[in-house]
Amino acid sequence: MPSNKLHFFAGLFVLAGLLALIFLALRVSGLSFSSEESVYEVKAKFTELGGLRERAKVSMGGVNIGSVSDISLNNRLADGSMGDFKAVVTFNINSRYDNIPIDSSAEILTAGILGEKYIGITPGSACAPGFDDEPLSESELSACTLKQGSTMEYTQSAMVLEKLISQFLVNMTESGED
Amino acid sequence: MNAITQLGSQFIHTISGLGKTAFMLLYVVIGLPTWRGLTLFSKQLYFIGVLSLPIVLVAALFIGMVLGLQIFNILSRFGATEALGQAVSLSLLRELGPVITGLLFAGRAGSAITAEIGLMKSTEQLSSLELMGVDPLKYVVAPRFWAGLVSMPFLALMFSAVGIWGGYLVGVKWLGLYDGAFWMNMQDAVSFSEDVINGAIKSICFAFVVILIAVYQGYECYPNSEGISRATTRTVVLGSLSILGLDFLLTAIMFGDF
Amino acid sequence: MQHHIDISAMTFRRGSRAIFDNVDIKITRGKITAIMGPSGTGKTTLLRLIAGQLRPESGSIHVDGDEINQLNRSDLYQLRKRMGVLFQSGALFTDMNVFHNVAFPLKTHTSLSEQTIRQLVLMKLECVGLRGAHNLMPNELSGGMQRRVALARTIALDPDLVMYDEPFAGQDPIAMDVLVKLIKELNQSLGLTSIVVSHDVHEAASIADEIYVLSQGKVLAHGTPSEVMNSTDPAVSQFMHGKFDGPVAFHFDRSDYATDLMSQP
Repeated sequence: MPSNKLHFFAGLFVLAGLLALIFLALRVSGLSFSSEESVYEVKAKFTELGGLRERAKVSMGGVNIGSVSDISLNNRLADGSMGDFKAVVTFNINSRYDNIPIDSSAEILTAGILGEKYIGITPGSACAPGFDDEPLSESELSACTLKQGSTMEYTQSAMVLEKLISQFLVNMTESGED
Repeated sequence: MNAITQLGSQFIHTISGLGKTAFMLLYVVIGLPTWRGLTLFSKQLYFIGVLSLPIVLVAALFIGMVLGLQIFNILSRFGATEALGQAVSLSLLRELGPVITGLLFAGRAGSAITAEIGLMKSTEQLSSLELMGVDPLKYVVAPRFWAGLVSMPFLALMFSAVGIWGGYLVGVKWLGLYDGAFWMNMQDAVSFSEDVINGAIKSICFAFVVILIAVYQGYECYPNSEGISRATTRTVVLGSLSILGLDFLLTAIMFGDF
Repeated sequence: MQHHIDISAMTFRRGSRAIFDNVDIKITRGKITAIMGPSGTGKTTLLRLIAGQLRPESGSIHVDGDEINQLNRSDLYQLRKRMGVLFQSGALFTDMNVFHNVAFPLKTHTSLSEQTIRQLVLMKLECVGLRGAHNLMPNELSGGMQRRVALARTIALDPDLVMYDEPFAGQDPIAMDVLVKLIKELNQSLGLTSIVVSHDVHEAASIADEIYVLSQGKVLAHGTPSEVMNSTDPAVSQFMHGKFDGPVAFHFDRSDYATDLMSQP
């Protein structure tokens, strides 16, 4: 076989391989180049994560707005004293959603009965207009929304099935004693 | 006493074989591609990669379709058939794509490489290259090694892509799953960096091992018909087993939690 | 004058069997030297030793003044460009046609233009009388023609030393005659040093300037063809005149015939 034909087929082969890679990237793993968009980091503390993992979704009203980037335990404070032993979850939120009220609450939820854990955010009302119904000014707006490095105050931990059941059993016995 | 002697000589044989392989690898890797080497390389890419396409793609299509059917049956018991896309794509990308491509590669390309180099040895072509002042490691072994290393990840990617398409055909076109749910679930579950890239890394590791075994067995075989047939068999057996063993190791490193 | 190849006190073993035991062989520059001996005396091994593919256990092999075992890999490959070896089987590359086989050493070792290479290849093929076959694949040629193509390939780089491994074995009388003439002509026209390993006594003796007879790891005789032919050594004369039995036994090492036959398997 003449060698330019060989080169041609070899090149075609590599091209087909790259096409497969692109297919897998775009269609199968849903990689979109917009995911490289800028994000800002927010922290939240939970008493119980119940199987939340890094890379878990962060959603608000069912819309995916970011993902969990880091999970750690607050066992020691910066000055070396004892921490509160809560789980600190750091997550990235897409900069497109830059006006989430600062008193919004984060909740660890489960997709379906056996599905993955994710963080659901319920909007708060810190940015609600005052009595005068005046639109908020720039500075007021930036004070009432989550920004890079903010910590969410209101959180609700994951429901752990064992705890729920034991609670339920305790309630049962208590009501039985009545 | 005899058994112990035999064990010892087997051990020495194995170790010296490993040493020879390492030297061979060294020479092959520093046998860096030149312009002339590129022609040899693309010729081998044709023989190893392009000619492996039919078997790899047909196998991929059937395996994807079977996966689609089997997993659909199981998922339908739990009413979770929407998860078909993610089950098919994850099993293909993480395991079946690299592993089955690797096994087919060992059987199709590995055995061919061993037999070809073995025959070149037995017909004194390797010797005559050496005596012409051409290093057979550079001229014969290096192009095959690099072509194998390059073609395998592409083959594995194509395998996964075609397999997923086969699962799509069965799930969506035949069993009537909703098209959007199939792809959306898949995209939610599959991560490019974790699943696609790890699968490709796996396939490169498999290619490395298989092709090294293949060229070594060919180069070191006893140069007669029995020796070549033994070397070819050894390539397929050793290659397949090392793929499966290595797969466990890589899976533990890549997807294990520790 | 310095010898082209100077082997002195060289010993080489395969396992415990000594293939060469302290042999001295000198090959004169520009002459045809025939290495003869019964089958299994390691004549081919000698060629591999000279080319540096095998290493002797002791002793030295000088080629063109270089001790071949002390050259590093790249110097050895450089030296090999100046030697050609014609294998018994020809060892043509089966995936290339005749033209590309002969062009191979030129393309690999020189940076000549395509046109020059083509001219050189056709000239070499003309030398061996196979210019008309340059488009054929090796498997379309007879064994004798393959060997002639291989000869063209061997001399493609104009080496100054050519080693022929059993060039006459298995050839019909005409092909044999062609090869004898070719070797002779190449030697004379190009001034090559030629080493012909053979057990075809008459053909080898007819072209050789010098003959070495090897047997059981030793040099039995050496000298001009007529000296060796008329040697009084019984082993030499047995080999040179093709007698069935003599000092060189017809049988391989064996135990007593009767006991062997009667013994239980």
